[in-house]
Amino acid sequence: MSEQLRTLAQPPEGGSSKDDSYEAVIGLEIHVQLATATKMFCGCELSFGDPPNTHTCAVCLGLPGSLPVANARAVHFGLMIGLALGSELAPRSIFHRKNYFYPDLAKGYQISQYDEPLCRGGSLADVRIHRVHLEEDAAKLIHLGASGRIDGSAQSIVDFNRAGTPLAEIVTEPDLRSPEQASEWLKLLRSTLRQLGVSDVNMEEGSLRCDANISLRCAGTEELGVKTELKNMNSFRFIERGIRAEIARQRAVLEAGGEVVQETLHFDPASGSITSLRSKEEAHDYRYFPEPDLLPVAIDEEMLAAARAEMSELPADRAERFRRELGLSDDSAQILASRSELGDYFEAALAAGAEPAPPAQALANWLSGDLVARLAEGATADPFASRVQPRALAGLVGLVVAKRVSVGAGRQVLDRLIAEGGEPEAIVEAEGLAAIDGGGELAEIVARALAANVDAAERVREGNPKAIGPIVGHVMRETNGRADGTEVARLIHEQLGA
Amino acid sequence: MNVTDMLELSGAQSIAAIEAGALGAEELFAFYRERAVEHGGELERGGLNCFTWVADGVPASSKGPLVGVPLAVKDLFCTESVPSQSGSKILEGYLPPYTASVVGRLQDAGAPLLAKTNQDEFAMGSSTENSAYGPTQNPWERTRVPGGSSGGSAAAVAAGLAPWALGTDTGGSIRQPAALCGIVGLKPTYGSVSRYGMIAFASSLDQAGPLTRDVTDAALLLTHMVGRDPCDSTSLQFPGQIELPNAERLDGMRLGVPKELQRSSDSGAAIEPSVRRCFEEALECAEGLGARVEEVSLPHAPHALSAYYILAPAEASSNLARFDGVRYGLRADGAEDLLDMYTRTRHDGFGAEVKRRIMLGTYALSSGYYEAYYGRAQRVRTKIAQDFAEAFESVDLIVTPTAPGVAFELGEKTSDPWAMYLSDYFTVPMSLAGIPAISIPCGLSAESDAVAGPGLPVGLQLAGPAFSENRLLDAAYALEQAIGFDTTAAHV
Repeated sequence: MSEQLRTLAQPPEGGSSKDDSYEAVIGLEIHVQLATATKMFCGCELSFGDPPNTHTCAVCLGLPGSLPVANARAVHFGLMIGLALGSELAPRSIFHRKNYFYPDLAKGYQISQYDEPLCRGGSLADVRIHRVHLEEDAAKLIHLGASGRIDGSAQSIVDFNRAGTPLAEIVTEPDLRSPEQASEWLKLLRSTLRQLGVSDVNMEEGSLRCDANISLRCAGTEELGVKTELKNMNSFRFIERGIRAEIARQRAVLEAGGEVVQETLHFDPASGSITSLRSKEEAHDYRYFPEPDLLPVAIDEEMLAAARAEMSELPADRAERFRRELGLSDDSAQILASRSELGDYFEAALAAGAEPAPPAQALANWLSGDLVARLAEGATADPFASRVQPRALAGLVGLVVAKRVSVGAGRQVLDRLIAEGGEPEAIVEAEGLAAIDGGGELAEIVARALAANVDAAERVREGNPKAIGPIVGHVMRETNGRADGTEVARLIHEQLGA
Repeated sequence: MNVTDMLELSGAQSIAAIEAGALGAEELFAFYRERAVEHGGELERGGLNCFTWVADGVPASSKGPLVGVPLAVKDLFCTESVPSQSGSKILEGYLPPYTASVVGRLQDAGAPLLAKTNQDEFAMGSSTENSAYGPTQNPWERTRVPGGSSGGSAAAVAAGLAPWALGTDTGGSIRQPAALCGIVGLKPTYGSVSRYGMIAFASSLDQAGPLTRDVTDAALLLTHMVGRDPCDSTSLQFPGQIELPNAERLDGMRLGVPKELQRSSDSGAAIEPSVRRCFEEALECAEGLGARVEEVSLPHAPHALSAYYILAPAEASSNLARFDGVRYGLRADGAEDLLDMYTRTRHDGFGAEVKRRIMLGTYALSSGYYEAYYGRAQRVRTKIAQDFAEAFESVDLIVTPTAPGVAFELGEKTSDPWAMYLSDYFTVPMSLAGIPAISIPCGLSAESDAVAGPGLPVGLQLAGPAFSENRLLDAAYALEQAIGFDTTAAHV
């Protein structure tokens, strides 16, 4: 794992655990809806937002006599996730029934995996993965009434379109230490899953859902405290807020000399309040047993090869390659790899064959700095969606690095590219933005600037480096920014004999 | 064709008569429909109560190799827009939107649906007394049970109210009623017939099979039943073809009699003398046909019933969870909240035996008890399968009586669940091992066994290794010919 991603697992500076005798220990359970064409155990199409109960059949409605048939594509996606997380893939895993009564569960049990999951172990950015397993989603309940929850609702209606949607449940080890870190890590997981193409990973639509197991312990100790499970955090912001609120609640309990009770909690993002769903004593006995309607999932070489073949490069691997092969700085490699559209644009620009060819690091700086900052002010932050062609950016950076265009003039060219598109060399020519070369013309302008700034020139001669500013500024004004700053400074020192 | 002649025909003979132009498919259907309505209806109207539904009019199509010979089907097979309640009140009014795969296959092969047959609720029982439709009577002696759970199918075929029928067998539910009604019943190898559309009792054990007048009919129906179904991932392609049996001799065939199933032990079933006599006569008959009868050992078979009564209820407790009143079937009125609705619905909808097994199964799967019960029962099941595998190294087939006794009186065992469970003492081991087994009638109990009249039928069970159906059918056929049991004797 890369150094850069490793840092995610460190408590951030100024994090909430600062000045605190308690340390938060956080593990996440993430449910990911897999982007298969059909449901986990039947042929119904996956949908979101369609009229209720329009994508159902005997199987996902749990009608008597119906039987599940496992979706091979979901198993394939599960294997891709396992490979991406470096998990151990079980040669033989089995489905279990998880039994409980609830109106969103047509069969009275959920088909899930229990003690023989598809994947075990692995890690992402130094957060260890406990397991990854496959299961089916429940139907969607809509509670009519003020509370929006089943208690006190006048009526509850069920939409079985979602019932049977394939889910991968990813469970981490308790390796996270702060709300911010949890949310950052989840973002990395999301970009990894998105890159794999196994899920839409949309928290608002529920295709990525996260529960957190949270406990506190005295800083410096190893033993885990009593944990609670916090549910219903359906955005990155709510995850941070929810975990922060629960940490504060547990801290207050402990500081008052109390004990944290193991329970399942509900986070209400509107009020920020945390309420208990059920205590340990009320916990369900799910009576797991092997699903007799399904055969074990036996993974063979062919399935593994197919999963490997469909894996695109993951963010962590891409960052590592950018560093190793292109010599990018950690920061640049990280930024370009974690936003796949930037990484793709970067590689397209490098490969565009622009002359003079830009060095990779300079290109990365211009892309993730100047271009992204300018695009962020506009309608799209995606450089591919802008008027700036990858080849044009590469050409511009090549011109700047070759000192044929100054940095300042280069930025003017970039503005024109964003506004109108086109070729950088044509813009340079049309606008007269070519750098004034280091010959006589620039030397004369420098001489005039020294004459106009006698005091500053004197201080530079006396060894005050800051005094050079007004002189350079004079030159830049006179050249309309086309002069190369380094060359101007060299000429100033040369002419002053300093 | 005249009525008496029509009734004399087996399924295969009916096909031959239709193909020869001596009989019309619609004529045959109408004949059986009329008989079914007249004799198979409710007890109060003088019927055997073996049907829960009888078709109106004539079938739409009779194309296919079965040329329109009608079929009776156990209630628990889903049949599109036809009541399918698995004998339970909780599925009151339920009309499935689809037809079970195996019923669909037989319909496609030209066997139209004649009727649905009575059964123990969710196939839990050995007497067809646990039915929301009330008990079915045995046509041999109407004060007696037809066996169960496929008692409606067995009684209908024995009474000549259907040419043939489908049942399901979880621990003996085809074989035991076939034995008690004096007909042929076959439980195929687990997985050879699709379970899709069978309202599940115990998924790892349930298997559909034919109940017929003779072995040839059983083979003929089975031909059109087996095969992999993409809707049932536990179904398998049957290796090879089911052949119609034609063996006349059993020369060289080794038949094994398990010594553990002979003894009367504390937990074992006492074999009634007349059953023992018929069984021994059948063995002598087999020897006369050239078979060699020897003793084999199935050391764990005596534990089969105990393991079965953990595993089957465990699966049932989960399979029956879907009957919650939310989506279909019965929903109790007057509930105060969700939990109350669940509780009232299941209280009103399930019968006593079903509730007993749900409680047994729920307990067996509970946290802290799982290993001691379910885990252990699974290990016993594995041992039993190994016992059979070893036995089949020295013998070709295993033979036992199908049931320890003949048809018992209605009500005789309803208050003693364990006595009822012992009816399946000889059939449960094969179910746990997933192997095929057939019951054929092998004689009548003697009058001296306190049974009035000519006596009651006794069944002989033959079991073979997985997918040995052809060998099994051949042996059963040869014995059937030699024994010469009249399966039309109880026709009404």
